[in-house]
Amino acid sequence: MMEVGLQHFLVVSAILFSLGIFGVVTRKNAVMVLMGIELILNAANINFIAFAKYGNFGFDGQLIALFVIVLAAAEAAIALAIVLNIYKNFATVNVDEINKLKE
Amino acid sequence: MSEYNYTLLALLVFFLPLLGFLVTILLGKKFSKIYLFEVAIITIVLILSIVIGFFKLGFQVDERIISQFTWIDLKSAGTPYTSFIIELGIVLDNISVIMLFVVSLVSTLVHYFSIAYMKGDPRFNRYFAYLGLFTFSMMGIVLTHNFLMMYIFWELVGVSSYLLIGFWYEKDSASDAAKKAFLANRVGDLGMLAGLLILFTTYHTFTIDNVFGQIALGVLPFNSEFWLTIMGVLLFCGAIGKSAQLPLHVWLPDAMEGPTPVSALIHAATMVAAGVYLVTRIFPLFTGDALLFIAVVGALSALIPATIALTQNDIKKVLAYSTISQLGYMIMALGIGSYFYGYFHLITHAFFKAGLFLAAGSVIHAMHHEQDIQNMGGLRKKLPITYATFLVFCLAISGVPLTSGFLSKDGILAGALAFGSLTGHYLITVVGFTVAMLTAFYMFRLLILTFHGKPKDKHAYDHAHESPALMTVPLIILAVLSFFAFYSFNPTTAEKGWVFEKWIQTPESVVPESARYSFMVPESEIRDRKIIHSETYTKTVHDAHIPAVILSLLLSGFGILVAFTIYYWKKISADKIANSLKPLYKFSLNKWYFDELYDKTFIAFTMFLSKILNWFDAKIIDGVVNGAASVTRGFSKISGGFDTIVIDGFVNFSAFFSGLVGIVLRKMQTGKVQVYIVLLIFSIVILIFYFSR
Repeated sequence: MMEVGLQHFLVVSAILFSLGIFGVVTRKNAVMVLMGIELILNAANINFIAFAKYGNFGFDGQLIALFVIVLAAAEAAIALAIVLNIYKNFATVNVDEINKLKE
Repeated sequence: MSEYNYTLLALLVFFLPLLGFLVTILLGKKFSKIYLFEVAIITIVLILSIVIGFFKLGFQVDERIISQFTWIDLKSAGTPYTSFIIELGIVLDNISVIMLFVVSLVSTLVHYFSIAYMKGDPRFNRYFAYLGLFTFSMMGIVLTHNFLMMYIFWELVGVSSYLLIGFWYEKDSASDAAKKAFLANRVGDLGMLAGLLILFTTYHTFTIDNVFGQIALGVLPFNSEFWLTIMGVLLFCGAIGKSAQLPLHVWLPDAMEGPTPVSALIHAATMVAAGVYLVTRIFPLFTGDALLFIAVVGALSALIPATIALTQNDIKKVLAYSTISQLGYMIMALGIGSYFYGYFHLITHAFFKAGLFLAAGSVIHAMHHEQDIQNMGGLRKKLPITYATFLVFCLAISGVPLTSGFLSKDGILAGALAFGSLTGHYLITVVGFTVAMLTAFYMFRLLILTFHGKPKDKHAYDHAHESPALMTVPLIILAVLSFFAFYSFNPTTAEKGWVFEKWIQTPESVVPESARYSFMVPESEIRDRKIIHSETYTKTVHDAHIPAVILSLLLSGFGILVAFTIYYWKKISADKIANSLKPLYKFSLNKWYFDELYDKTFIAFTMFLSKILNWFDAKIIDGVVNGAASVTRGFSKISGGFDTIVIDGFVNFSAFFSGLVGIVLRKMQTGKVQVYIVLLIFSIVILIFYFSR
């Protein structure tokens, strides 16, 4: 039976991060993009916890993880509000069609 | 009464007129009857002044009640100016209490008189507001115990005088007269200000008593008696302006453009007396030389206007010159050390001169604003009450026995006689007696031409009518006050009266004995509180009394007789005399050419100076400005060229360059967020590889 170590956590976190990036880059629906961002944040969280468990940093990692969770909630709230406003202005949430930045 | 009560009453008397002024001026447009508030206030003030006077003079005659507070104290504020302390406060002593009564009584009578006189004026309420402002300011002068408040209220009476002279400002002559009065007063006030500056730098206090105390200890400005004299003379300059003494008297005759009751209140009884009051207040600090200067100014101001009054034909102008002359009398009396009689004449004169002006107002009212006495005559039957009171006032000002004027005037003349024999300055004595004769003459000339003889203007005469009771009752009150019985039981001398015996004591001079008149140095160690002059002086004055009375009676009797001979019995034709003395007559009629003289000198000089300055301004200053402008324009053109070619070229080039770069880089800008993220991630990956190498 293999002992679960730091590498395993990092691998899981890396997989999650890549999935998140994949979601953010490929999805057309803005809500799905947001979900990708959540995955990225949680990958970072896992890294924090893992390093806190195996490193010698006291409770700093856990605390920052909690902080990130709160931050993610707030970010989601604001981002959803932005998405709603985007829908109001463009009548769509398809990020491909929103290329106002070009002009 | 306790000190607290006195202070309370005095403050009420002080500030109630201000309340009257504020209410009347602010609500005057809204309520047409608001002037009654001002009249009520002033009546209350009169009653309170009588109460103060009754208790003070009746029961606490020897006390000086001072109530003060520290206004500015830089020492306690922690500054290095340790001796900068200014105290404000009021003093109730006998002279201020008596003055308080005089001011409030005349003011009240004038208020009531004005209700009838000013009837129908479009700015009726404003007129009463100004009267309230004046009364407030005058109370300030009377009550103050320091020079600073004196100066402030000095200017305030000037302002209210200005407002009231120019009350009918639609008339050019009235607004010009107001300006003239203000400017002439400024000249005097400038001197007073200079005196105050010397005083404050030397004594570091404005409180009059403290200044006296320090002079008595030997502290002198610049350590010299000469500068003490200069300081006194400069302070007296304020009195020259305000009391219309020579050479600044020119404003007072013109001030007659104001309403007649105002002339009675301000330009006869109270404000012009403020100069005399100032001199009595600060009498102890005058050196002998300063007093001599004061006496000479007073004597000139008594004589010259009296000669002018002989030929004037405007009823108010005659009275105005007579006022200057009488004020000169008071100033002269103070200058020759006759302190009591100077002040006493101020009181008696206030009553009968206010009465004369109000009676003149009644005549003018009856004649529908005719002021030329050549168009009057015979008004005795039409205006019996006015005539009777006018006669009483004329007798008083001429110094006929049984009147108040007799008591005060003969005191002054006795003092002048004594002064002449003690110091050898007999000219002052001669002037004193001459003026007594001239006064009797021109007053009776005025009386006869106005009230006796045949009416010259039949139409105006037929329409003339006695004034209403509101106007005649004040006249009667003032006429009653012109009798001797209010001042002394003995009709021949004021020395046995209570005013002299109990109320007014000549204050002892505080200047070094070497700088006083020799007769003002007490000889014995035991100083009677009444005798601050030497015994020789007291004896000389006493001896001079009888000759002075006889001489002055003869002279004023002669003056009255001449007036009757010329104008009543017409034994001698006035025109003939005028023709035979043509140059003198012209000289007097044209007021000694004072106005023309000032026109040719000061005004011409000022105009000349302003022309030069105007030229300087137009040519030099404007030239400099214009030169600077054209130089600046030249510079602007050069820098403008530099701007368009170099700076703009640079800016345009950088814009062009940026545009070029933009065209290239625009391809990368798809506007799609996800593309940016991919680019971002790749960049990060590249950077990580680059840095971890």
